[in-house]
Amino acid sequence: MLESLPCRRMQNRQDLITLWLMRWLAAMIVLLLILLVILLCKLALPAISKFGLGFILSDTWNPITEEFGAFPFIIGTLITSFMALLMAAPLSVSVALFICEICPKQLGRLLGTFVEMIAAVPSIVFGLWGIFSLAPWVQNVVTPFLKNTLGFLPFFQGPSYGIGVLTASLILSIMITPTICTFCREVFNTIPSQTKEAALALGATRFEMIKIAILKPSYSGMIAGIVLGLGRALGETMAVAMVIGNTSRLSLSIFAPGSTMASVIANEYAEASNAIHLASLGYIALLLLAITLIINSFARFIIWKWTPKI
Amino acid sequence: MKMILVLGLWVMSLSLGAVTKINGAGATFPYPIYSKWFSEYHKLKGDIQFNYQSIGSGGGIQQLLQQTVDFGASDAPMSDEDLKKASWPVLHIPTVIGSVAIVYNLDGVPNNLKISSKVLTDIFIGKIVKWNDEALKKLNPQINLPDKDILVVTRADGSGTTAIFTDYLSKISSEWKNKVGNGKTVSWPAGIGGKGNEGVTAVVQKTQGSIGYVELAYALTNKLNIFSLENLDKVFVTPSVEGTSLAAASLSDKEYLGDLRLSLVNASGKQAYPISAFTYILLPVKQNNAENKEVRNFLLWALTKGQQFAPELHYAALPKKLSDSLIKKIKALKD
Repeated sequence: MLESLPCRRMQNRQDLITLWLMRWLAAMIVLLLILLVILLCKLALPAISKFGLGFILSDTWNPITEEFGAFPFIIGTLITSFMALLMAAPLSVSVALFICEICPKQLGRLLGTFVEMIAAVPSIVFGLWGIFSLAPWVQNVVTPFLKNTLGFLPFFQGPSYGIGVLTASLILSIMITPTICTFCREVFNTIPSQTKEAALALGATRFEMIKIAILKPSYSGMIAGIVLGLGRALGETMAVAMVIGNTSRLSLSIFAPGSTMASVIANEYAEASNAIHLASLGYIALLLLAITLIINSFARFIIWKWTPKI
Repeated sequence: MKMILVLGLWVMSLSLGAVTKINGAGATFPYPIYSKWFSEYHKLKGDIQFNYQSIGSGGGIQQLLQQTVDFGASDAPMSDEDLKKASWPVLHIPTVIGSVAIVYNLDGVPNNLKISSKVLTDIFIGKIVKWNDEALKKLNPQINLPDKDILVVTRADGSGTTAIFTDYLSKISSEWKNKVGNGKTVSWPAGIGGKGNEGVTAVVQKTQGSIGYVELAYALTNKLNIFSLENLDKVFVTPSVEGTSLAAASLSDKEYLGDLRLSLVNASGKQAYPISAFTYILLPVKQNNAENKEVRNFLLWALTKGQQFAPELHYAALPKKLSDSLIKKIKALKD
C-alpha cells in the first residue's frame, strides 16, 4: 500500500526514466566495488592457496626464493598512517577553529583557500620535495633533537639517513591536513550562532565557548574528517614510495627505512617476473582494501555511537 | 571551391592511409635512443611511424606474447618458458649496450675511487659498513677516507638495472648467489631503496656517505662520483661508452652466431667494463607481414647508421663484428 503510493504519483514518463536511470547508476557503484573485490581475489588466488593466512604474519619477502609475507608492509602502512594522523589531526582541527572562529572572515577565506591548495599539489611533487628538502632537514635537525630528548626509547635509536618512516609520516601528515581541515570547517560552520552566543551569554570565556558550543557537538563530524584523512594516508603511494626507503626489513626505530602496502605494489607490480610474485602483490592489495574497510566501519561505529539520538 | 576541398581531403586521406604504423613496447632503459632512432628514421622514411610504449621489460614481453605489438623490447632476454609460450620463434636482436655505474657521495674524496669486486659485494651484503674499512683503504692508499657510515642505496622498483647488477654480483661471489641471488627485484640485505634511476640518483646526491648503482647515463649527466671497478683482468676501469663496447668484443664467434641470450657481465678484456649488458629488441619471426618487414628494415638501419647516435646518449654501440653478423641474420629472414 505504502509502496504503491509514490508509483501512482509518477505518471510522468520523465520521472520514471529518471528513477530507473538513477537506480542503475547507484547499483553500478555497488557493482563496481563487488567486481573489484572479485577481480582482486582472482588475482590473489594462487598466493592465497599457497600461503594461506600465514601470509599476514610472515615477514619474509623474497622474490628470488618465492617466499612472500605481508607483515612488514602492514606494519609500515599502519605506523606511517597513524603517526601522520597524530601530527595532522590536532593541527587540522586547530587551523579549522582558527579560520572559523578567531580570524576575520576575509582572512579566513583566504587562509582556507591556501589550505585547500595543499590538496591540489600532486603527490609526486610532495615526493620530490621530500627527497630534496624534507629528508635532509629530518636527518640534520629533527633526528638529533629527538635523539637528545627521547633517545632512551628504542623508537628513537639507530642511524638516520633522512629517508625513512619518520619522513614518510611527516609528508603524509601534510598531505592529509587539508582533507581533515576542510571537513572540520564544514562541521564547525553548521553550528548556529545562537548556540555560541548563548554560551557566551552564560558567562563562558572564548575558550569555554569553543569547548562546549563548538567542539562537543562536532565530535562525530571531526572523527569522520579524521577517518577520511586516515583513508587517504593508508592509500597514498607515490610520495611515500619516494621517501620511505622501501625495505622489507623490520625495525623498531622510526628513523629506519620501511615500506608500505601501497608502495610495494607500486614498486614491484610493473616488473613482477613470476606468477606467484604477482599473486602476492594482489593479496597485499586485497589486505589493504580489507584494512581500509575495517577502519572505515570502525569510524562509522564511533560516529553512530556518539551522534545524539533523537 | 568545394571540389578543391574534397580533392584536398582525398589526397590527405590517401597520404594518411599510406603511413604504416608500427607498435612496440618494453624496456624503459633504451627509450631515449629508441625515440631518437624512430624520429631519425621517420625523417628518412616518412611513411613509417613508430609508436613505442616504455612500460618496462616485463611488460614488453607480456605484450609480445599477447600479440598486441609488432615488436617487444627487453633488457633481460626472454626465459625458455616465455619463448615456448610465443606463437612464433622470437629473435633476440641486441641494439645497444648499456652499463651500470657504481656511484657515491663523500665529501673531500676525489672522483673515481678504486673498488674491487670483493669489496663491492661486501658493501652491498652489509659486511663493510664504514668508509675507512681496511679493505677500501688498501685499494686507495693515497686517499684519506673518513670514519663514516656507508649507506647503501638500491633500486626499490623491479628493474633491468637491478637484474644486471645482481647478475654481476652473483657471478663474482658465490656468497651473494646463495644468500641473495639475481633478478629484477631481490631481497636486499642492507640499505634503503629509491624509486627509479632518478630516485637512487637523488638519494645519493643528497646523502653523505652513500653508495648506489645507476645506469651510466644518469651518473654522467648528474655528475655523480663514479667508482673505478676492477675487472676480470685485474684492471681498474671507470665506466665509459668505449669500455662498455669492449665488454661485447670478448664474445667468441660461436656466441656471436648463437641466439645471443647471454650475459656480458664480468667479460674479459683489459679495458672492458664488467657491469655491462645488451638491451634487446624482440623480433617475432613472421613471414608475409608488412609491419614485421618494416621492423626488419628499421633494424638493418639501426644496426648500421643508427649506431652513430648511441655514444652521445651514453649508450655503447655494438662491435662491428656483432652488428655485421646480426645484419646477416636479419637478411636471411627476408621473404
